[in-house]
Amino acid sequence: MTASLKQAAPHEDLPRTPSGIELPVVATAKDHGVDDSLPGEYPFTRGIFPDGFRGRLWTMRQYAGFGSAEDSNERYKFLLKHGQTGLSVALDLPTQCGYDPDDGIARPEVGKVGVSLSNLSEMEILFDGIDLSKISTSFTINGTAAIIYAMYIACADKKGVPRAKLTGTIQNDILKEYVARGTWIFPVRPSMRLIADSILYANDVTPRFNPISIAGAHVRDAGSTAVEEMAYTLANGLAYVDELISRGGDVAKFAKRLSFFFYVHMDFFEEVCKFRAGRRLWARLLQERYGVTDDKALMFRFGVVCGGSSLTAAQPFNNVVRVATETMAAVLGGAQSIFTAAYDEAFQIPTEFAAELALRTQQVVAYESGIANSVDPLGGSHLVEFLTDRMEEEMRRVMDEIDAYGGVTKAIEDGWMQSRIAERALERKKNVDSGKTVVVGVNAFTKSDEGASTGETFQLDPGAAKRVIDKLEAVRARRNNAAVERELDRLAQAAENDRENLMPYLVDCAHAYVTVGEMVERLKRRWGNFQEPIGI
Amino acid sequence: MTGTSEGAVLKGKRILIAKPGLDGHDVGAKVIALALRDAGAEVIYTGLRKTPDYIARIAVDEDVDAVGLSVLSGSHRDLVEQTRASLEAIEAGDIPIFLGGTIPAEDWPELYALGVKRIYTSEMPLGDVIASIAETLK
Repeated sequence: MTASLKQAAPHEDLPRTPSGIELPVVATAKDHGVDDSLPGEYPFTRGIFPDGFRGRLWTMRQYAGFGSAEDSNERYKFLLKHGQTGLSVALDLPTQCGYDPDDGIARPEVGKVGVSLSNLSEMEILFDGIDLSKISTSFTINGTAAIIYAMYIACADKKGVPRAKLTGTIQNDILKEYVARGTWIFPVRPSMRLIADSILYANDVTPRFNPISIAGAHVRDAGSTAVEEMAYTLANGLAYVDELISRGGDVAKFAKRLSFFFYVHMDFFEEVCKFRAGRRLWARLLQERYGVTDDKALMFRFGVVCGGSSLTAAQPFNNVVRVATETMAAVLGGAQSIFTAAYDEAFQIPTEFAAELALRTQQVVAYESGIANSVDPLGGSHLVEFLTDRMEEEMRRVMDEIDAYGGVTKAIEDGWMQSRIAERALERKKNVDSGKTVVVGVNAFTKSDEGASTGETFQLDPGAAKRVIDKLEAVRARRNNAAVERELDRLAQAAENDRENLMPYLVDCAHAYVTVGEMVERLKRRWGNFQEPIGI
Repeated sequence: MTGTSEGAVLKGKRILIAKPGLDGHDVGAKVIALALRDAGAEVIYTGLRKTPDYIARIAVDEDVDAVGLSVLSGSHRDLVEQTRASLEAIEAGDIPIFLGGTIPAEDWPELYALGVKRIYTSEMPLGDVIASIAETLK
């Protein structure tokens, strides 16, 4: 980085970004280095495509799913009819944590935060009437990602859709589950194996499908800063790269199918520069550490959520403005797919009205604002280049701290990263409580009749859980249970050998209508459960 | 983590912060745990994915003055009812329950009727939450 960055004397009163980077009153050419790269050129600071969004707009992908597969199928058809270009499947917690809906711990949660998908027949209902060769589908699934991916392949097989035509994404990022999102199942080691299995299998069998979306979003929403969000995510990304290489994967090949996922929060320039800096840093790291030279393998592709914990339950309609602002930052940062959260997401499953308004928000940005017409229109702005440089520098510093601790796996197993995030969350909360961080409607410009008008409310069908369980019992009664046992035994046998790829066995299980809970149970016998470090 | 404005209003109190059900969002629980500790309380945190029976047993074994449940998955009604029942089953129904998380206002009356002492959401200032817990446990 340039020497001039270090000249400003630290001063408490200087305005800083939320990540703590001091901002100049006016940035000039002296404040940043020179990066002459064009869009589509290494290190991709200005974006991965030479023509930006002219060639193709970002994918508008709204996260939806609740209740039974029938309920969600109806919502998907509604969203597709209104111009959405990709599906994003929200799964309920039992499916995410590997329990069947009739399991005791699962029952209160069936269909609550997403759709229940316990076996292939539910997947068939979920995508009934939807052409899987034309629609890309993103699954927010981690602990059971390999299983849900296997089911998706089995579903395509049943529908006669060639596997090679499948497009979409499974999140499949277990490391951040241990740190922030909590749907882990197995210990870190076997989880990393399952992820490597699914990525290597996907590269061959579904080459247009993204088998992992390495996510900073949840760490960010939990409390970390924009710099930490990117740094932790890239550190996790490198851990997956190392795992894949140790399994014999070719980095120049599998790196083309790694994708990333972030939240966009409210500090506009910091968010834009987070993406510019992260994109450049990832390309540099792959080149420095692994000698990757193929441009396609160096490209940092990412999706975002606009909303999350920046949305408030107080004065909820303000959230529409927040989401619009964040969408502009995502576009100017060069996102490949954008999910705009509904204004009521802070307190309920979005109503259809709110879900439609969220989609309209990004359509207005895309088709009316004109900001997508030239590539990286903020490139060359002194402030933007300054912040891009500084954020990259800070990201490297945080990644060095993780390395110094002993690496990502150790930091997670010890609970070190978890504690850091909890402390950040407390700090963020205290800043809001004290008014140091202004949140309109929460600690400033409040009204006395708060919370009164949130618009309509969404009501989950209380009978959905019972229907899901009834359907599961019917599947268990009509499937070939001898085949179920046979496939589970083959899976268990394959799990004994760490070099064996488990994906073909999981696909066979899915075809035999083995449930998520049954597959997980069988693997737990071999691998055990993750032991959560719970010190605070 | 000491010397915050709340002072030590919870000195001598033992509080269990618990995550029932499958919800993995633990930041709120951890933030509250840290704030309770700052306010002088001894805090026991269960970690994720605990059953109501387990939570009740820990509450009794640790002889706590209160149980704080954190739920963001929308399953608060069932989980509160089950935890209450689990506590009563081991004759600990007198331990007060606090609830935090994403709890829609229209559910509050029913939750109070199920025995929840106080309900807190993420936008309430921590100082207010601590003061309210201290007042209730006085």
